Amino acid sequence: MLKNTESSYGTLSKALHWLVALVVFTMFAVGFWMVELDYYSDWYKTAPHYHKSVGLLLSLVVIFRLFWRMINKRPEPLATHSRLEIFAAHVAHLLLYLALFAIFISGYLISTADGRGIEVFNWFTIPSAGEFIEQQEDIAGSLHKWLAYGLIALVSVHALAAIKHHFIDRDNTLKRML
Amino acid sequence: MKKTLLKHSMLSFVSAFLLMGTASAAEYKIDTKGAHAFINFKIQHLGYSWLTGRFNDFEGTFSYDSEKPNDSKVMVEINTASIDSNHAERDKHLRSDDFLEVDKFAKAKFVSTKITDKGNGKLEVVGDLTLHGVTKSITIDAKKIGEGKDPWGGYRAGFSGKTTLGLKDFGIPERLGPASTEVHMSLHIEGIRQ
Repeated sequence: MLKNTESSYGTLSKALHWLVALVVFTMFAVGFWMVELDYYSDWYKTAPHYHKSVGLLLSLVVIFRLFWRMINKRPEPLATHSRLEIFAAHVAHLLLYLALFAIFISGYLISTADGRGIEVFNWFTIPSAGEFIEQQEDIAGSLHKWLAYGLIALVSVHALAAIKHHFIDRDNTLKRML
Repeated sequence: MKKTLLKHSMLSFVSAFLLMGTASAAEYKIDTKGAHAFINFKIQHLGYSWLTGRFNDFEGTFSYDSEKPNDSKVMVEINTASIDSNHAERDKHLRSDDFLEVDKFAKAKFVSTKITDKGNGKLEVVGDLTLHGVTKSITIDAKKIGEGKDPWGGYRAGFSGKTTLGLKDFGIPERLGPASTEVHMSLHIEGIRQ
């Protein structure tokens, strides 16, 4: 079933969830690795180019995911979930989305600080919106890095919670996203 | 009467001498406000071309008297974060730990220790450059471009200079390949007499 029901996520929600998860992990690893590349590495120019291209496309996917979430039913929390668990899960989900968008925006602001646009796979160019603050590339760069670490920390909490529900509580929380 | 005249003439002699004294140690402020001063650099890119850039934010003073050029002095302080190579991503990289570490070493400073007139308007400027936390004596081959009244009631003097800095000498790793181990500085300053 493409759409969500009251008790489970639909195929599209699941696909979007796991696609975003996979891309986020890959982007984090690539970002971590590419900033240390030697100037003479074959990847010195290509890795940041792919990182930026994928990041911008991912932002579109996440926007669509939010749109899909809005126009769709939201599965109810399981009856066994405590109020604290439900609240904590909501906060975590909200923070995950906020962190994602903050990372998209800060990343965009690094590369566009000098008026240059960002080429997405030599396919199309997202134009620069200009420089908003002095040394924007440094400030945005630092935010981008720390937000990325923060996101991975949040993702770890999110994943540990899912594992706890699956193996300790032995409920359906994780299964309905699979 | 005679006494007072003598006293008077002596006084004026002394004050004239004092005035001369201040004139000979003319102090100039480098005109960074009106951006008539430039700290430019160039470094080889892969050995195939030159990459140029500059530091946008700095200030300094010098003293100069064309009669006594050897008494000249110059001091310049540079905000290292103001490096500008016309590419935000590259500037970010140049400011990072890989190169200038501007978080740690926000200022670079040059203070002259000995200025020698070489004739024909040429000057050898020896001084201590502090860059990336390392202080080293460097020599700038300088040249006086001109001096005189400006159209707005001030008095200006200008110089240009060249020097070459080895990245390694200032503890900056040579990450850019064998052709890019030194950076060539091209300095242009204009001072307004204070």
